[in-house]
Amino acid sequence: MSDVIACIDGTSLSTAVSDAAAWAALRLDAPLQLLHVLDRAESPTPHDLSGSIGFDSRELLLQELAALDEKRGKIALEQGRLMLEAAAARAVADGVTAPQQRQRHGDLIETLVEQEQSTRLLVMGKHDHHLHRHIGSRLESVVRTLHAPILVTPPTFQPPQRVMIAFDGSTTSRKAVDRVAGSPLLRGLPVHLVMVAADTPAHHNQLAWARHTLEANEVSVTTALVPGEVERALCDYRQQQGVDLMVMGAYGHSVIRRFLVGSTTTNMIRDATIPVLLLR
Amino acid sequence: MITSIRNSWFFNIRGDLLAGLVVALALIPEAIAFSIIAGVDPKVGLYASFCIAVVIAFVGGRPGMISAATGAMALLMITLVKEHGLQYLLAATLLTGVLQIAAGYLQLGSLMRFVSRSVVTGFVNALAILIFLAQLPELDPTTPGVGWPVYALTAAGLAIIYLFPYLTRAIPSPLVTIVVLTAITLLFGIEVRTVGDMGELPDTLPLFLWPQVPLTWETLAIIFPYALSMAVVGLLESLMTATIVDDLTDTRSDKNRECKGQGVANITAGLFGGMAGCAMIGQSVINVKSGGRGRLSTLTAGLLLLLMVVFAGDWVAQIPMAALVAVMIMVSIGTFSWESLRNLRRHPPSSSIVMVVTVVVVVTTHNLAFGVLAGVLLAALFFANKVGQYQYARSQISDAGHHRTYQIVGQIFFASADKFIDFFDFKEVLERVTIDLTQAHFWDITAVTALDKVVLKFRREGTAVELIGLNEASATIVDRFTVHQRSDTVDNLLNH
Repeated sequence: MSDVIACIDGTSLSTAVSDAAAWAALRLDAPLQLLHVLDRAESPTPHDLSGSIGFDSRELLLQELAALDEKRGKIALEQGRLMLEAAAARAVADGVTAPQQRQRHGDLIETLVEQEQSTRLLVMGKHDHHLHRHIGSRLESVVRTLHAPILVTPPTFQPPQRVMIAFDGSTTSRKAVDRVAGSPLLRGLPVHLVMVAADTPAHHNQLAWARHTLEANEVSVTTALVPGEVERALCDYRQQQGVDLMVMGAYGHSVIRRFLVGSTTTNMIRDATIPVLLLR
Repeated sequence: MITSIRNSWFFNIRGDLLAGLVVALALIPEAIAFSIIAGVDPKVGLYASFCIAVVIAFVGGRPGMISAATGAMALLMITLVKEHGLQYLLAATLLTGVLQIAAGYLQLGSLMRFVSRSVVTGFVNALAILIFLAQLPELDPTTPGVGWPVYALTAAGLAIIYLFPYLTRAIPSPLVTIVVLTAITLLFGIEVRTVGDMGELPDTLPLFLWPQVPLTWETLAIIFPYALSMAVVGLLESLMTATIVDDLTDTRSDKNRECKGQGVANITAGLFGGMAGCAMIGQSVINVKSGGRGRLSTLTAGLLLLLMVVFAGDWVAQIPMAALVAVMIMVSIGTFSWESLRNLRRHPPSSSIVMVVTVVVVVTTHNLAFGVLAGVLLAALFFANKVGQYQYARSQISDAGHHRTYQIVGQIFFASADKFIDFFDFKEVLERVTIDLTQAHFWDITAVTALDKVVLKFRREGTAVELIGLNEASATIVDRFTVHQRSDTVDNLLNH
C-alpha cells in the first residue's frame, strides 16, 4: 500500500493519466510509478496458406516467428520507453519528484495483480469509444479483479474542486465513505453526499451516519436524498452542482446479475465526463 | 469470463478461419490415409477427425493445436481391427478416452518431464518413418492396379506440392495436387486405384452409436492392451505437439487439461463411429504457419472437413490414391527432424544413441510407446552413469603411518557404489581409519550398504573406523524431497 500506479498505454489518454496520477501522488504524498505493460500483440503473422511442410519446417518456422517477434518486441519496447519518458516529464512538470518508470511483459491484469500489494491507488484512462485492445475496454475486468482503489480519468484531467459520493447505504458504499473520510486524497474538498432513494426515515438515518463519519474528519458535507432512477438522478445532480469528481463503491453485485440487469458501475464509468474514483 | 472467451476464441478471427480451411483441406487426405492404415473404411477416420477436432477445440488445453485421426494411433489398431473388427475398435476408442481422462486427473501430464529432448526427436523421426512406410504398399508393383501411372502421378503430385508455393502461397498446394491429379485421371481415363476403392465414405453427419460388443470381461481383456497403448501414445504425441506449439507461438498451455480433453474427444469419436486419434504434429505446424492461433482454427478445421466430405463425397471418391500418397510423403518429410541427422555428430554420443534407439525400437515394433519407454530408460541409465562419475576420494596418512583419513566427495548411489568401495585400500595395515563423508551424498540403500561393507572390511582387518559427517551425507536418502526444496536446505546439502 504505497505507490500510486499510472497505467500508460501510449494513446492520447496518457497525458490525462499522468496528470491525474501526479495530482493524486502529490495529495497522498506517495511515490508515483508509471507503468507500461507490453502485451504480446496477438497479431497474426504473414499468412502462408501453401499448407505444405518441407524439410525442417518446424525449425524454420520457429526461427521465422522468433525473428518476427524479436523485431516487434524491440519496436514496442522502444515505443514504450519513449511513452514513459514523456509521461514522466509531464509528471515532473506537475511537481512530482522522481517518478518511477516501469515496463513489464505480459498481461495487463496479471501484472497489476502481481503488484497489488504495493498499490495504493491505480490510475487509468477511459476511452471515449471502447477501442479494442486498449486499456479502456479492459477497464471493467481490471476493476473487477483488483481490490485497490482505482481512479478513472476522462481524456482531459482537471484537478477536482467539488466531490460527490454516490451513496446507497450498501456495505460497499459505506466502506467508500469510510475511506474518503480517512484518506488525504480529497482532504479539504467540499463533498456532496448523494443518495438516490425514496424519502424514508431509514434512508435519512443512513445518510446521517455517512455525514457524521465525514464531518468527524472535518470534511464539509452537503447531503441530498433524491428520488428517481439511479443513473439519471446522479447525472443530473452532478450537472446541477458542478461536481468534478465522483466517488463510488464498485461492483457490489455478481457478474451474473450484471449480465442480466447491467451494472450501475459500468454505466456510470461509461457515461461520466469527469474522473471517477472507484472503491471496493 | 467473456474476456477469456474472447482471448482464446476470437482474437484472431481472420487468421483462424483461413488456417482452419487450409488444415481442413490437408486433413481430408490424411484422415483417409490413416483409415486405410488402420484397415477401416475412410469414413471411420473422417468421422473421428471431425469429432476430435470439434471437441478438442472446446475442451483442449492448447489453443491452435490440431487433433484428429493420426498415423501413430492407426498403427496401433491394425491387429485389433484385423482380428476382431470395427466394433471392438470403437470400444477400445472409448476405453482409451476413459484412460486418458484418468491420466489427466492423476496429473500424469507432468511425467512428460522425464521424456528427454532426444526421445522426443526419436519419437518424431520414428513417426515420420512409419507414415512413410505405410505408403509403400500403394507403391508396391505387386499390388494389383499399381503400375507406372501410379509412379508418374505420385511424382507429379510431389512436384506440385513443393513447387507450387513458389508460384503462390495463397492456395494450399496439397489441394492443388489433389485437384490436378484427380482431373488428369478423369480426363485421360487412367485406371488407377481411387479413394472410392478403399471403402465407404461418409454420406451423412455422424450418428450416435453404442459399439456393438458384448459387455464382458473377455471384451475388456481384448481391448484393454490396445486401449492402454493408444492412451499412452495419444497423450505422448499430444503433449509433445503442445510443447512444439508452445514454442512456436511463445505461449503456454495447460497440459493436464489437454490430457482430459484428448480423453473427452476420443470418447466422443468412439460414440460417433470414429477411431481414436490425438494431436498431429504436421497439421499443427501447418496451422501455425497459416496464421492459426486460437481455438477457432481447430473448430473451423473440424467443421469444414466434414462439410466438404459429406457434400463433395462423390468427388472425394474419385481422388486417386497416388495423390494421397504424395500428400502423405510430404507429411512424413515435414514431420521428420532433418536437423537431428546433422546433430548426430554434434550432440554427445549418449543423446544420439537414445534418439537412434527410440527410432529403431519404434520401427521394429510399430509401437511408439515401446520406443519412448526404451528411450526414457536408456536416457535415465546414461544420466545415472554420468552423475555417478562425479565422485572422487582423497586420502592422507598421518600418525607415523598408523592412521589414514579418507575424504569422499560426490554422489554415491546404486550406479556408483562399487566405485566408492574401490577407493579404499584394505590391504594397508593401519590402526585407525577416518572416513570423512561431509562432502558426499548417499542417495539410496545401495550406497548405505556399500558403506557398511567398507566399515566391516576394515574391522575384520583389525582397523578401528571412525565416520565423520554421516548425518549430513545421508540426509539425501530421505524420500521427502519437499524438505530440500527450500533454498537454504539445498544450499546446506551442497555445501556441508
